[in-house]
Amino acid sequence: MVTSILPLRIDAAVVQRRGARLIGPIDLTLGPTGITIVLGPNGSGKTSLLRLMHGMERAAKGSVAWAIPETDARERRAFVFQTPTMMRRSVTDCIAYALTVAGTKRSEARLRAKEMACQVGLEHALERSARVLSGGEKQKLAVARALIRAPEVLLLDEPCANLDGRATREIETIQGDAKAHGTRIVMSTHDLGQAARLADDVVFMLHGRVHETGTAEKFFAAPSTPEAHAFLNGQIVE
Amino acid sequence: MNEIVEGLVEAARLIVSLDSELIEITLRSLQVTTTAVVVSAAIGLPLGAWLAVMRFRSRRMVIAILNALMGLPPVVVGLFVYVLLSRSGPLGVLGLLFTPTAMIIAQVIIVTPLIASIAHQAIRDLWAEYHDLLISLNTTKRQRVVTLLWDSRRALLTACLAGFGRGIGEVGAIMIVGGNIDNATRVLTTAIALETGKGNFALALGLGFVLIALAIAVNLLIHTLSRTESSGTW
Repeated sequence: MVTSILPLRIDAAVVQRRGARLIGPIDLTLGPTGITIVLGPNGSGKTSLLRLMHGMERAAKGSVAWAIPETDARERRAFVFQTPTMMRRSVTDCIAYALTVAGTKRSEARLRAKEMACQVGLEHALERSARVLSGGEKQKLAVARALIRAPEVLLLDEPCANLDGRATREIETIQGDAKAHGTRIVMSTHDLGQAARLADDVVFMLHGRVHETGTAEKFFAAPSTPEAHAFLNGQIVE
Repeated sequence: MNEIVEGLVEAARLIVSLDSELIEITLRSLQVTTTAVVVSAAIGLPLGAWLAVMRFRSRRMVIAILNALMGLPPVVVGLFVYVLLSRSGPLGVLGLLFTPTAMIIAQVIIVTPLIASIAHQAIRDLWAEYHDLLISLNTTKRQRVVTLLWDSRRALLTACLAGFGRGIGEVGAIMIVGGNIDNATRVLTTAIALETGKGNFALALGLGFVLIALAIAVNLLIHTLSRTESSGTW
């Protein structure tokens, strides 16, 4: 039986860069199911929180603890960046790369990559250079590359920030399918409409700290802090 | 002006008549430089990638030295290799002085910093682009180096061609360690130097045009084989 990497417990974690505090102290627990939306204005620390969860930022103080040792847990997480990195390869090879670096044979990796590309709607571009794709297609490729390892936790950093409505809907559909297959999703956004559509629970960030957390239903109906209330009403929160 | 025209005519005559001496020294030029570039690439490309990916205390110093070595005076390199390989030198027992191998060693010393430095510049830019992705995929350092080398192969090809250009046109070092011996170590550049010294300007110019044509032909061949300009944005 495979042990889950969840829950994730973050205790008083602080991320620093060159001595200056980026975020923290953060106290947060991530349960085993659903979609968590990390909300907040620009510069509130959403990206840093996701990077901390994925191990791309180290906690200078406090701790970040998955339910299993980090060396095992890191193989069962995946990250999608706001601006997807397109390798100088074909679409198929870009997706297959995530498997080949994990030890899968290239031929098998390419086969599975093609299946995954078809699942996300990139069947028309399998052998095309990843760099010439449209913005929406690039983001779909990035999500496919993240999902091909069947991660237990998928972290997405504003994946739809630069996309139009149609591309956003396609990415959300892929996320919905992943959730249906048991993938735990944590996504940052400052798009309130998207947050309301997707969230099971919400983490509201402000000034590098978790300002408010709760179920999506409660957060959107009756936020408990005036800053969250103002943010939901479209006011500028600083 | 007349001498240039005579040189072109002489070059055409040498090529059309398939002059056996021209073919011999051309093939030797190709053999020496191609071998030197292959060895230099084997050293310089991983070195460039390693310098781009690794962080260590004296990294900046190493990169600065590498960049400075691009301008190594060939004559000094020739002298250095000569001292190493001369009968009384530390490697004199190998008996390599005045052989094509000595010329290859000298060219490797000249070409390697050039290839490593250009490779480092290209891979450093790609590493800045790939950094977060490769870290997020939990790649090992070796996997990062291999990935960066593969994905920047077009730029690395340019680095190798730059190395080939430097090597094929080099005369100072190989003259010293090769000795310009007929039927043994004479190559196009040393033959040009010899004919110029003898006052045979037309023949020297003719050999010069052959050398330029050879360099262009090799570049075209490599670009054609690797389809550098035909695959769009990769």
